[in-house]
Amino acid sequence: MLKKEELRDLSLKANAVRRHIIEMVYNAGSGHPGGSLSATDILVALYFHIMKYDAKNPKWEDRDRFVLSKGHAAPALYAVLAEKGVFPVEELLTLRKIGSRLQGHPDMRKLPGIEASTGSLGQGLSIANGMALAARLDRKLYNVYAMLGDGEIEEGQIWEAAMFASHNKLDNLIVFLDRNKLQIDGETETVMSIEPIADKWKAFGWEVREINGHNFNEITEAVEWAKTVKGKPVMIIAHTVKGKGVSFMEGAVHFHGKPPNDEEYEIAIKELDEERKEIMGNLGGGE
Amino acid sequence: MWEMASQRIAFGKTLVEIGKENKDLVVLGADLSSSTKTSFFEKEFPERFFNCGIAEANMMGVAAGLAASGKTVVASTFAVFATGRCYDQVRQSIAYPALNVKIVASHAGITVGGDGASHQTAEDIALMKVIPNMKVVVPVDAIETKKAVRAIIEEEGPYYMRMGRSDVPTITDEGDNFKIGKASMMREGSDVTIIATGIMVSQALKAAEMLRLEGIEAMVVNMSTIKPLDSTTTLMAAKKTGAVVTAEEHSVIFGLGNSVAITLGEKYPVPLKRVGIPDTFGESGEWNELMIKYGLTPDDIVSAVEDVIKQK
Repeated sequence: MLKKEELRDLSLKANAVRRHIIEMVYNAGSGHPGGSLSATDILVALYFHIMKYDAKNPKWEDRDRFVLSKGHAAPALYAVLAEKGVFPVEELLTLRKIGSRLQGHPDMRKLPGIEASTGSLGQGLSIANGMALAARLDRKLYNVYAMLGDGEIEEGQIWEAAMFASHNKLDNLIVFLDRNKLQIDGETETVMSIEPIADKWKAFGWEVREINGHNFNEITEAVEWAKTVKGKPVMIIAHTVKGKGVSFMEGAVHFHGKPPNDEEYEIAIKELDEERKEIMGNLGGGE
Repeated sequence: MWEMASQRIAFGKTLVEIGKENKDLVVLGADLSSSTKTSFFEKEFPERFFNCGIAEANMMGVAAGLAASGKTVVASTFAVFATGRCYDQVRQSIAYPALNVKIVASHAGITVGGDGASHQTAEDIALMKVIPNMKVVVPVDAIETKKAVRAIIEEEGPYYMRMGRSDVPTITDEGDNFKIGKASMMREGSDVTIIATGIMVSQALKAAEMLRLEGIEAMVVNMSTIKPLDSTTTLMAAKKTGAVVTAEEHSVIFGLGNSVAITLGEKYPVPLKRVGIPDTFGESGEWNELMIKYGLTPDDIVSAVEDVIKQK
């Protein structure tokens, strides 16, 4: 269990990240708020509680790696890295603008802290496999984390990568599936049935656990458990809500790849500011 | 006449040599390691060889992840699969971030022979050369293959290297210089230049001997790097001889001939003809029969030369 203060700090971080996401996509006039908001709590837990990471030295050899295979959730990753201090928070508003290091999808050559250039779905898990293999070859103890979208696992390469990871017993690989149940054209089960997801990963030789992807205790405990698994890669199916944290975006498929308009922007920011006050109030906070 | 030797075996043996010196070299295969001869490396360094199975897309991603973690990676399979089947993985995961991955493919072109069009490829150079950050190398024989493998591993960044299935004539010497991006002069001549790559260089040399009997002196250039193209040598040859024929075991649409045509068209237009595989799929057959049927013989080069000389 997380301590009360830890939980408050993570909740405040997640709130700040969500606010950045809304500001970034609003400012850019395009981008993917839905899947960024569903991924936020997991990314915050990883970078602010779980991973061995030095923001001052994002190329530190022994760092844990994180690969955002669902590259369209880049705003969430950028906001987390900026909050972590890898680059200035002010730079977030350059998202998708010409000359920016914050490309529409992550570019590892442009922006520090980005471990893999992703965006074409289905490729990040293979890259994470390569990183996990490299750790073993170099006798390094770092873990490789990755996040897949649920629609993304419709890509065939994911299953090639799933086979490879278990065949090579990559137990330093811990993968989250952001199970927000929606993809661009609608519900995953309408567009292309991906259930039973847990059974599929088990059948491919993975250890699987299902959690609420918005509960910091469940996220951190699942990773603690994953680290104890030997000889197998781990899949954490995180049940999430697309658009989490902004009332009208929650479960709304059209906010997959559409920014809020002026009015929606105001409401979203107001909601997030109110949530912030609530977090501080409920937990006896005050910064 | 020339001795025949396998580029694949030269590649496999050289990888083992490099593996002894470079502990960061990792080799990936896709169930074809006995064909591409990465099996030699597997035998010597089983801990640094990974068979990815019949799953080329994942192989390219694994290569990217290893390279992003400081490894130098050679990923090897047949040319048609290495470039076509996982084009997007090569583009997105390897070339876009300019990772240190060397895609070394065998069974390129139509000399694959009996397997037919599904396993032949006349498009691999085209697919690779159009990707930013990707460089394309085509060693001419077994000796040059050894030097080319070393060179692309020593250089940083993504490379595509193509080899054939069949043994090819050994036309270079151990002492010859090999440099990425630098063509080599195989024969001096003043009337026409034949710029060739891969197996077509030896065909060009045969054509040059036939032309000599007609009183035509042909310069023969071995263009072993398609990208970046050695435009200096290309322009020098065009200025000196005033007519150019290109020759490649690849589609004429977007291979060596295309690169030479663009360079000359923009900077020094001279009469030009491209010898290569026409815009068509191949078929099963003996490799030498296919060379005849698809227009890749010394005779084909000779008639192209006669055409451009008439236009001078």
